[in-house]
Amino acid sequence: MRYLFRTQYRQDIALWRHNGDRFWYGLLTVLVLIAPLVLGEFYIGELGAVYIFAIAGVGLMLLVGYTGLISLGHAAFLGIGAYVNAVLLARGVPFLITLPVAGLFTALCGAAIGRPTLRMSGLYLAIATLAFGSIVGTVFQKWTSVTGGFDGFAVPTPYVFGIAVDSATGIYYVSLAVLAFVMWISANLLHSPTGRAMVAIRDSEVSAQSMGIHLARYKTLVFAISAGMTGLAGALFAHYVRFLAPDAFDVLLSVQFVTIVFVGGLGSLRGAILGAMFVRLLPQFIAIVRDDLPFGIGRLPGLEPSLFGLVLVLVILFQPDGLNGMWLKIKRWFQAFPFKRQASFRRQKAYAKSERLR
Amino acid sequence: MEDAARILQLVVNGAASGCIYGLIALGFVLIYKATELVNFAQGDIMMLGGFVAFSLITHFHLPYWVGGLLAIVITAAFGYVLDAFVIRRVIGQPQFAVVMLTLGLGFIFRAAAGITWGYDSVGFDTPFTNKTVNIHGLVLGEDNLSIIVGTVLLCGVLYLFFSKTRVGVAMQAASQNQLAAYYMGIPVRTIFSLIWAISAGVACLAGILLSPVSMIDVNMGFLGIKAFAAAVIGGFGSIPGSLIGGVIVGIVEQFAGYKLPAGFQEVTSNVVLLLMLFIRPQGLFAERMGKRV
Repeated sequence: MRYLFRTQYRQDIALWRHNGDRFWYGLLTVLVLIAPLVLGEFYIGELGAVYIFAIAGVGLMLLVGYTGLISLGHAAFLGIGAYVNAVLLARGVPFLITLPVAGLFTALCGAAIGRPTLRMSGLYLAIATLAFGSIVGTVFQKWTSVTGGFDGFAVPTPYVFGIAVDSATGIYYVSLAVLAFVMWISANLLHSPTGRAMVAIRDSEVSAQSMGIHLARYKTLVFAISAGMTGLAGALFAHYVRFLAPDAFDVLLSVQFVTIVFVGGLGSLRGAILGAMFVRLLPQFIAIVRDDLPFGIGRLPGLEPSLFGLVLVLVILFQPDGLNGMWLKIKRWFQAFPFKRQASFRRQKAYAKSERLR
Repeated sequence: MEDAARILQLVVNGAASGCIYGLIALGFVLIYKATELVNFAQGDIMMLGGFVAFSLITHFHLPYWVGGLLAIVITAAFGYVLDAFVIRRVIGQPQFAVVMLTLGLGFIFRAAAGITWGYDSVGFDTPFTNKTVNIHGLVLGEDNLSIIVGTVLLCGVLYLFFSKTRVGVAMQAASQNQLAAYYMGIPVRTIFSLIWAISAGVACLAGILLSPVSMIDVNMGFLGIKAFAAAVIGGFGSIPGSLIGGVIVGIVEQFAGYKLPAGFQEVTSNVVLLLMLFIRPQGLFAERMGKRV
């Protein structure tokens, strides 16, 4: 069992809590850096997709897990990032400029949609983002002069410092770099006053407001950051799929993003990555075991979305802390080995919080 | 004259599809008023109800009226069970947990319906299919009229139920103040499950009324998204508001389909929804409430 005694403020805001963290995350960094040397092309491509989804997952985690707002329209932000990046690249703008521009533009879109809707309770935000996602999907389809409509849009090859990034390995490293950047930003953000304000808003809007937090400003800021990160993921997603079609960015994808956050575990950046691994690898897993399942279950159409739905329902009902919570429980069991206590992770009795008088 | 008839026809068609949105929105609103949860699976419950009615009428050869009524009862029982065994467990968790729970349930329902009834569109014969009424040259489909009449009848029944019966009044009490209702000896949990049952029954009725106009298929639950527009226009807490909102959305949609290029009709409800949220988020018929800490 390790006890942390914090004697300085610097310890409280440090990215690494102790040397164990440094060791394990260092090891992880080395592993993911040498992974392309060991694994085959297919696995590297899939791992790259996991990183891309993890970037969007981290963005959504800031919004859902830390600020307590829900968005069912993040597929639209992914699409905006993807199309902005691809269209700018096709116009001859270098990749190192289009990537941040895609993120910033998506963040602006997020602020524009968030500003008016965030004044209302979280429920309206879910509905408004759902509507927004569907409108943006239609715009992708109809604005054929820019997006190519249903004919699709071939994404040009990006160049980083003169090197063509066209292989799965190239996308892998770029995604890894962006993921590391996004994680670093998020971890620092959460230790900053803004991050504490976000958590305060999540836990009680009324008390956050009475502590002087400007609700609308912070909510819009977080929504913009979250959208921007998803836009970055979208820019990379364009290179992952290589060919943009408007129907890729539908409600199902938005629900997958929220599944990342819920399955990974609300309120933990690690959870966003675990959730992204789950969401990306589940379809692959189904594809592998499809033929071995009894009674032809694997052949049923619509198996994948229903499994996502089932997992989502089971997680919310029985494991509200998600994969991250499971990991913490296992870790705790080993740390405290013979002295496991039932009460350590018991959920407090919860009462319905009324949103009616707000 | 030709043009006026055309416009009137659009209005009636719009009102008919609007009544369907209104009925789904009514389901949201009933549940929201009582439990402050929003059921994102409402459209999928409508789909299930439609399929149950289809099975009863086509496979078990029940007459339309008997089969329809039985389907409503079955779907209502399903709604009761759903609340009693699943939804009740997440009371007290953050609101978006319920949003995600019902979304997940919607996916499961869709897959279950696809496995049971297949992914093709189905329909059954109703007394209103392919019949028209001709009023002075104005040709209206009986299927559309049946939706409007059915909705009006349902509203009357619900009004009488909520104002005249003991259970109805108990439901109102439980919606207004859970704790006080509990102290008065009202079994609040059972009442909430009953509200889910009513809401599911209303959804099933919407599915049955819709079946002569558009076929029943697995993805008809996506109508639920349009019903959000209806509920938001109505203020998300007002039963007549949700119906009026539904009719507004339906008529706007018909005119958009008539005037605007193809493809824009599907998004009009979403545009209306966002505009409403930007301009008057409390809806047309909002209940005035102060803020209390």
